[in-house]
Amino acid sequence: MAVIGVSTTQDNHPANVIYNKNHLRYPVKTFAVNPRGGTLHREPVYRNVAEIESPVDLAVIAVRARFVPDVVAQCIEKGIKGAVIISGGFSETGSSELQQQVTDLAARADFPFVGPNCLGIYSPEAVDTFFLPGERIIHPKKGNIGFVSQSGGVLVDQMVKFAGQGIGVSAAVSIGNKACIRETHLIDWFEQDMGTRVIAFYVEGFGCREGREFIKRAQTCTKPIVVLKAGKTARGIAAASSHTASVAGDYRVFSEIMAQHCVAEADTEYELTSFCEALSCYPKGSSGRVGIVSVSGGHGVVAADACGHHGLDIPEIAEKTAHAIQSRLSPEIQAIASLNNPLDLTGSCVDEDILTAVRHLSRDPGVDCILALLLPYSPGISADIGAKLSQVARNEGKPLIAYVPKEDKYKIIIEGFELNKIPVASSVEGAVLMAKALKRCRPC
Amino acid sequence: MLTPRITQIIESARPAGWVLEPMAKEILLERHLTVPKGVLTDSVDTAARFLAGCNGPVVLKAVSPQILHKTEHQAVVTHVQDPETLSSHMTRLLSLKGCDQVLVEEMVSGIEVLVGAKNDLQFGPVVVLGLGGTSVEIYNDTAIRLAPVTPADVASMVNALKARPVLEGYRGKPGVNMAALTRMVVDFSRLIMDLEPFFESIDLNPVICDADRCVAADARIILMPEKAPSA
Repeated sequence: MAVIGVSTTQDNHPANVIYNKNHLRYPVKTFAVNPRGGTLHREPVYRNVAEIESPVDLAVIAVRARFVPDVVAQCIEKGIKGAVIISGGFSETGSSELQQQVTDLAARADFPFVGPNCLGIYSPEAVDTFFLPGERIIHPKKGNIGFVSQSGGVLVDQMVKFAGQGIGVSAAVSIGNKACIRETHLIDWFEQDMGTRVIAFYVEGFGCREGREFIKRAQTCTKPIVVLKAGKTARGIAAASSHTASVAGDYRVFSEIMAQHCVAEADTEYELTSFCEALSCYPKGSSGRVGIVSVSGGHGVVAADACGHHGLDIPEIAEKTAHAIQSRLSPEIQAIASLNNPLDLTGSCVDEDILTAVRHLSRDPGVDCILALLLPYSPGISADIGAKLSQVARNEGKPLIAYVPKEDKYKIIIEGFELNKIPVASSVEGAVLMAKALKRCRPC
Repeated sequence: MLTPRITQIIESARPAGWVLEPMAKEILLERHLTVPKGVLTDSVDTAARFLAGCNGPVVLKAVSPQILHKTEHQAVVTHVQDPETLSSHMTRLLSLKGCDQVLVEEMVSGIEVLVGAKNDLQFGPVVVLGLGGTSVEIYNDTAIRLAPVTPADVASMVNALKARPVLEGYRGKPGVNMAALTRMVVDFSRLIMDLEPFFESIDLNPVICDADRCVAADARIILMPEKAPSA
């Protein structure tokens, strides 16, 4: 990788940050480039990419905007395969012509680039072009979410949230002004990428007719797509001349079209995280009829309220189902368990009762997703409940979502689920949002 | 594909920036969407003959390039049943600014629906379905889909409306003919795909639906400004 624009005098220059972290911490042979030449930390600084003896896969360009066309031309000449253009000062500041010049130059040479005005690409354990010092940034682990953002700041912030929830990314791409590589290309790429199960986007807006292109591509994508939209506040529609124009504001159009084409729109950053986690386990989606199993009546009611709030149904369970569960419960709780949805197995239940309830609820045709609200302080629940319940869910084949308080001492339960690809939420609300994700991405 | 007549109508409407109701309805007819039977005239006699041949009351509408929102100018008269009323209203309407002709139409009644279109910058033509009338913005009970739509899309639009029971019929009241509504929305969505280079927004409001048919009782096509920011 060539990092073009490193400073020999100012070591906190973005190019230096990128050079240093990749050179020192990633399995990437990194070359520093600056027309002045010299050395940087005892390594050579090449005057231009042509001087680099070996072939180069990727150029990271962090020079002033006006020099970018020349640098891109040199990269093409050298046979470099693509670039990340970090530099700002293009269409975002009104210099659309300069940007178009770079785009045309690259297009003629079939030379792909990300940016300009972006952070570029973070691929765990492989490469990181973010110009944020490694010690300051919180990196999510390697995982299966492909994340694409128009805003570098939001991308970094979302990575912190992913890391906090234990969600890993396959790659995160900040596309900036998207003068070449744009959302549709990244759907193509992440769909092919074996390590990616969910493709998530932070979208501020699409260009002219670009939304239609995005939907066309999303429709044929075999992996679930999640979007978080910013800029929802209706811009004043100046003297709308028709009823239609005044009710169909930009955001409503966006939101309804995403729903029409089964792209799961997350309403908040928090939802985005929950959606990614749920859909990475269950890419198929469901129609949103939720069966709730809890060991505390209160939690069941809280979950049912949240389901109502998010447009999920809590159907009556079939008499046959209730009977099948009732007859198999431990004698201690047979008389006190409540078998109406949400099911309350009470604090006296044991593992086997929970397994029974989930097993038979899974077989109820009226239920297409199950929430298990597990409170590990209940004495009858063992540390094995995560692994055991996961087996039941895998055998029955219906989506199961667990809520377990996120505490170190319950880690064995949480891992029992997560290692078996059952999503775990750290709050009741989070579990409900995961169920909502399945409804939002259901096949239309 | 647009017929030569549709292209001609749009070209002639360019200076005004919108297509007058009778012309907009002609476009709908070219694409086999149902509009009320009517006659466009400045003659009281012709209007009276139409009323006589009509099995019921008629509606009179002033046609003027200067009147975009007709109700705000009292430019619509409904329930006209006798030649005297017809004559006096014809005279009044013809005196409104820019009004050379009056559209005299059979009066249809039923549930008022909005079928609209917006040429969205990001997504291109989108279809809007909702309860119609003059209070559309107040209730804002509408569903939006990317055009062209399928019959299944129309079903999901109806499902998304709070007014769904009204359309399906409730408390003994008949609903709308869902097949006719579906056909109208699907055909309309194809029309707006063809009109994509020309229009900004379209209101068919109201489309009047009963158990038998859906009729576009009013139509307004707002054209894209000449120097459209479409690049």
